[in-house]
Amino acid sequence: MPTVFDFEKPIYELETKIAELKQFSADKEIDLSQEIESLERRVSELKRKTYGNLSPWQKVLIARHPERLGARDYIERFCTDFIELHGDRAFGDDPAVVGGIGRMNGYVVTVVGHQKGRGTKENLVRNFGMIHPEGCRKVRRLMRQAEKFGRPLVCFVDTPGAHCGIGAEERGQAEAIARNLMALSTLEVPVVVAVIGEGGSGGALALGMGDRVLMQEHAVFSVSSPEACASIIWKDAGRAREAAEMLKLTAQDLLRLGVIDAIVPEPLGGVHRDPEQAAALLREALFHHLDELMRLDRQELLQARYHKYRAIGNL
Amino acid sequence: MCPKCAHHFRLTARERLEITLDPETFHEFDAELEPKDILAFPGYGEKLAKAQEQTGLKEAVVTGTGTIGGHQVVIAVMDTHFIMGSMGTVVGEKVARAADQALERRVPFVTFAASGGARMQEGILSLMQMAKTAAAVGRLDRAGLLYLSVLTDPTMGGVSASFAFLGDIILAEPGALIGFAGPRVIEQTIRQKLPEGFQRAEFLQEHGFVDKVVPRSQLRQTIITILDLHARGD
Repeated sequence: MPTVFDFEKPIYELETKIAELKQFSADKEIDLSQEIESLERRVSELKRKTYGNLSPWQKVLIARHPERLGARDYIERFCTDFIELHGDRAFGDDPAVVGGIGRMNGYVVTVVGHQKGRGTKENLVRNFGMIHPEGCRKVRRLMRQAEKFGRPLVCFVDTPGAHCGIGAEERGQAEAIARNLMALSTLEVPVVVAVIGEGGSGGALALGMGDRVLMQEHAVFSVSSPEACASIIWKDAGRAREAAEMLKLTAQDLLRLGVIDAIVPEPLGGVHRDPEQAAALLREALFHHLDELMRLDRQELLQARYHKYRAIGNL
Repeated sequence: MCPKCAHHFRLTARERLEITLDPETFHEFDAELEPKDILAFPGYGEKLAKAQEQTGLKEAVVTGTGTIGGHQVVIAVMDTHFIMGSMGTVVGEKVARAADQALERRVPFVTFAASGGARMQEGILSLMQMAKTAAAVGRLDRAGLLYLSVLTDPTMGGVSASFAFLGDIILAEPGALIGFAGPRVIEQTIRQKLPEGFQRAEFLQEHGFVDKVVPRSQLRQTIITILDLHARGD
């Protein structure tokens, strides 16, 4: 049973009806093509209307859809010879983030990404993609390795935020994030970021700063998850929907605010409605930006990255 | 400071500058920069106006140059009395510009962090100030300049997870709350009481994230000694 949101129900009802009619028509050998065509026109019209005017909160739901593709799904589709590399060499290996090396579009690249789980069991192992300090430090180790070997870095962002708990604080969550930001700002290789689901808080930014930040059409990226924002401002996480409307967290908002560089289109209704098409669209955008960056002089690249981040939010 | 229990009360930015710098050496940068309600976030405009009126500040950070024990420095001091010292675009911009000034003048950069974290009302633009300030102090790092970060009560979230924890040397005032997630949020998440002293300066030193917890009465002298030890021959 696929996850269907309330606002999608009329679409699913129509689609189910069409499927039933088709079945009925085939079974009874009755020609219902006119009725079916008319319903199909209605459903595609309804889809365009529904998915073309998604509210920020609806986008949050789509960005969190359990069947949305994650970092590993894209790595599998975009990379050959991928080898996952584990551990921060200090404390442990954080399953909330994956990283490794492989070939992508003719380049040897280092890839890192937040990784949520499929289903409850894997989500518990992967901590819903919420990193601990050791996850941050694993990423930093791989960044530095990329720099050493002159490999571009590709980052996939998909997390509600950094983990919030006793161990994470004891092991320096804030310091770990801060170090990643400094490393990303000075890393002497091209960095392409793709926000593929939800990007929440410093936990997202720790993998989310680069020469090009791409964002899928229905992905969201914000200072904190809407729940955390509502909890901070109104001491009531239940007002998350309201917070989502105010935070300006959609890809369209972020492009306007100069926070991201490009929006990557998704299949109608979101990645989960047609994963292969979604992957093809992301691949095209990612490879295009990677190609462009690989042609730039490395010192110019660093200058441009610095000025880009210095300019964000300037009035 | 409370004479009985040695509790360190929160200072305003002006008070902090007063007890840290040599008298009459401070020259402020960007005093005219003030925040705007860019996202039209409900209630933010009024909140800003009220904070400005109550504190006499335009924003939650004061930056400038001055001397400490005769050493020229660039300094940034945050003020919790202004919307809990939260970091929005103007706070980030002022810190980054101050770091740029330190780089240009080739002098040490000293910051006093005091902040609840990112300013929610500026949304993603607030988050991006973490990137901006980290990048700015990253350039000091590359240039071999000293960055001394002092963490005061509280240093949390977007400020601790950016420039505040990137100092070459990190000092903290006794009892200061320092961390990423706030204790209330953690308690709600894990549904248990946090241990005594959790996320306090002493806890941070014990866990290896603060070089030294220094009582306010000794802070200026400690900073002077550190600056002395980093003074260049020229």
